[in-house]
Amino acid sequence: MIMAYFEYQNIFTQVQVQGPPEMGMDNENRMAQERTSGATFSTLIGWIGNAQLGPIYLGWAGVVSLATGTLWLNIVGLNMLAQVDWSIPEFIRQLFWLALEPPGPEHGLSMPPLNDGGWYIIASFFLLVSVMTWWLRVYLLAVDHKMGKHIAWAFLSAIWLFLVLGLFRPILMGSWSEAVPYGIFPHLDWTTAFSIRYGNLYYNPFHCLSIVFLYGSTLLFAMHGATILAVTRFGGDRELEQIFDRGTASERAALFWRWTMGFNATMEGIHRWAWWFAVLTPITGGIGILLTGTVVDNWFLWAVEHNFAPEYLEPYGYEAYGSYEGFLGREVGE
Amino acid sequence: MSIRPKWFDQWNKENPTNLKGLVILGFSLGAAVFAAVLIVGLGSPAPTDSMQTGPRGVAMYVPEFEASLRRGDPTVAGFVTSEPIPPQPGDPLARNAYDNAEPLLGDLTVANYDRLVEAMRAWTGIPTLFDGEEETYQTVVARRMIEMTRNINENWDIHVSAYGENGVTCYTCHRGQPVPNNIWFRISPVNEATAGWSANQNRVTMASNFTSLPSDYLETFLLDFERISVHDLEPRVQNFPGDPLIQQTERTYAFMNYIAGSLGVNCTFCHNSRAFYDGAQVTPQWGNASLGIQMVQELNADYLIPLADVYPPERLGPVYQDPPLAACRTCHQGYQRPLEGLNVIANWPELATSSGEYDYSAFE
Repeated sequence: MIMAYFEYQNIFTQVQVQGPPEMGMDNENRMAQERTSGATFSTLIGWIGNAQLGPIYLGWAGVVSLATGTLWLNIVGLNMLAQVDWSIPEFIRQLFWLALEPPGPEHGLSMPPLNDGGWYIIASFFLLVSVMTWWLRVYLLAVDHKMGKHIAWAFLSAIWLFLVLGLFRPILMGSWSEAVPYGIFPHLDWTTAFSIRYGNLYYNPFHCLSIVFLYGSTLLFAMHGATILAVTRFGGDRELEQIFDRGTASERAALFWRWTMGFNATMEGIHRWAWWFAVLTPITGGIGILLTGTVVDNWFLWAVEHNFAPEYLEPYGYEAYGSYEGFLGREVGE
Repeated sequence: MSIRPKWFDQWNKENPTNLKGLVILGFSLGAAVFAAVLIVGLGSPAPTDSMQTGPRGVAMYVPEFEASLRRGDPTVAGFVTSEPIPPQPGDPLARNAYDNAEPLLGDLTVANYDRLVEAMRAWTGIPTLFDGEEETYQTVVARRMIEMTRNINENWDIHVSAYGENGVTCYTCHRGQPVPNNIWFRISPVNEATAGWSANQNRVTMASNFTSLPSDYLETFLLDFERISVHDLEPRVQNFPGDPLIQQTERTYAFMNYIAGSLGVNCTFCHNSRAFYDGAQVTPQWGNASLGIQMVQELNADYLIPLADVYPPERLGPVYQDPPLAACRTCHQGYQRPLEGLNVIANWPELATSSGEYDYSAFE
C-alpha cells in the first residue's frame, strides 16, 4: 500500500529501455543517407527522456546553422574577453555582467567601428543565418518525415519576436542602437529600460495579451502534464489505444476534467490548446514590441488617452500618512 | 490465542510494510505545519515595517526591517557637539588672542573658536587641524570646506533643512574620517577594447552599485549637466533630435538606483512607478531630491573640483587623478535624512552663515 503510493511520486522517467539501438528507417526521401551511424545509451538521459543517444541527422542546414551559431557565440565571448583585457579570471568573475552591446545611437543604421558595435552587427548577422537555417532544418526534416509543419510554424513565431527585437524594429527606428545587447544582466537592463523609456510596457495591450498566453501556456502545460502523469498508473502515458477505448486512462483523465469543470479537452484538443497558447505568446509580444517607439511612444499616456489608467486622488508623500520619526519608532519631542 | 484469522497474520508476514518513508513524510509535514503555526502565531522572525508614500494599492511605500529601524544609524552617537558660549562685550577674539588663528574663524571669540576647532578635529578625525603650525593641504581644503558648509546651510537650507532644521557640519560627510567614505571619482570608460556606448557599462564597479548599468552616470548628470530624462511626453511618436533614447533611460536608471541606495529607499519614495516622469504623480521628496541634485552640481563645480591642485597624489582618483567629488551618498550614507535627521547645526551658528554675523540669540 505504502510502496504503491510512492511508486507514482517521481521526478524522473520511470521506464528506461536499453537494448539494441533503434536505428530508424529509410524512405524514398533517403533520410538515412546523411544520418550518423552510431548510437549509444545513457542511463542519465534516460531519466529525462529516451535513453538512446543518436543517430542524428544534421544535413546541410544543420551544418550551416551550427557553424554560424558557433561563430556568433565566439564573437560575443571574445569581445567580452577583450573587454576584461583577456583575463580569464575576470572573464569568469564578470561573465554575467559582460556584454556585446549594439552600436551607440550616433551610428544610426550605418556600419559602426568594430569596437563600438561593429562586432555586434557582424555577430548578429551570423546569429540571423544560424537561427534561420535551423528553422529551415526543422521544416525540411518535417517534410522528410511527411509530418505537418506545426513545429516549424511554432518555432517561426518565436523567430518573429526575435526578428522584431533585433531587425524589424531597429530598422523602423532608424538605428541599430535599438537592438538588444548580448549579455546576461545587460539584456535584462535593456528590458527594464525599454519598458520605462516607452512609458511602462504594462499598459501595452499586446504585452498584456502576450502575458495572458504566456501564463496560460504554463497553466495548460501544468494541467496536461499533471493529468497524464496522474493516469500513468493506468498506462495513460502510452496513449495509443487509450485514446479510443472506454474505461482507459485517457477516458478517466477526460472524465476527471469534465466532472471538475464541466468541460474537457480531448487528446487532440489539448495539444491544439497548448500549441496556440505557446505560439500566440511571441506573436502578440512581437506586435507589442514592434508598435513601441514606432507608433506609440508612451504607453501610460496612451492608456490615459484610452481611459484605462485609473486616477488616484489620495495625496503623494509620506507626510500625508505619517512621519519619518514615526517610521524610525520615535516621535518628535520624545 | 489470537482471535485474528490465520490468513491475516500470514498475509502480513509475507507483505511487510515499509513505514520509513511514511514516518519521514509525517515528520516533515508536521515540522512544516509547526513552523507555519509559529510564524503565524508569533510573527515573522524578521519583521518589517513600511512607510506609506502615496495612494493605497499601488505599492507606494518604503519597507525596512524593524531591527534596522531599531538599530538606527550607528554614527549618530559619534557626533560631537557642545553649546556655544554667547559672546559678551569685551570677550577677546581669536584673531587677536592667537598668533596663527585660522583667518576664516578669526572673528569668533576665543571660547567659541576653541570649541569649534575642537569639534572639527573630532568630526574630521584630523587631530592637528588648525593647530597653528605649518599650513598643509589639509588646512587649505578645510578652509574651503568651511566655506562650503556655510554655503550649504545658508543657501541650500531648502534642501538640508527641508523637514525642520537639520543642517550640515563636517561630520555629515566625514563621520570622524579624514577622507569621507562615500566620495566618488570618474572611472569611465570601464571596458577595454571598446568605445562609445559599449565602453561605459557592463562591469562590476562600486560606481555601478554592482549592476551592469552604466558606470558614468554621476559624471554625466552632475559634471556635464546632461538632462535627466527618460520618456517622451507624447503618447504618439514625435521624435525630435535630443529626445531621450533607451541609452539615456539606462543611465538614468543607474543614477536613480544610486540615489535609492544612498537614501535607503526604493523608487516609490519619490515616484509612482507606473509613470516615473509624471510631475502629478511624484511625492514632495521628488522635488527635494531635484534640489539635492542641483546642490551637488554646484558643490562639485564651485568647491571640490577647484581643489584639484591642492591634494597630494594619494588623495586623487585612481584613473584620472581627479579630485574627490560629492553626491547623494556622501552625506546621506543610507538614510533618508543624513544621521536620521539629527539637527547638527543647532549648536553651530558659526557654520550656519557666511555673513560673519553669527546668531547666538538662541543661547542667550
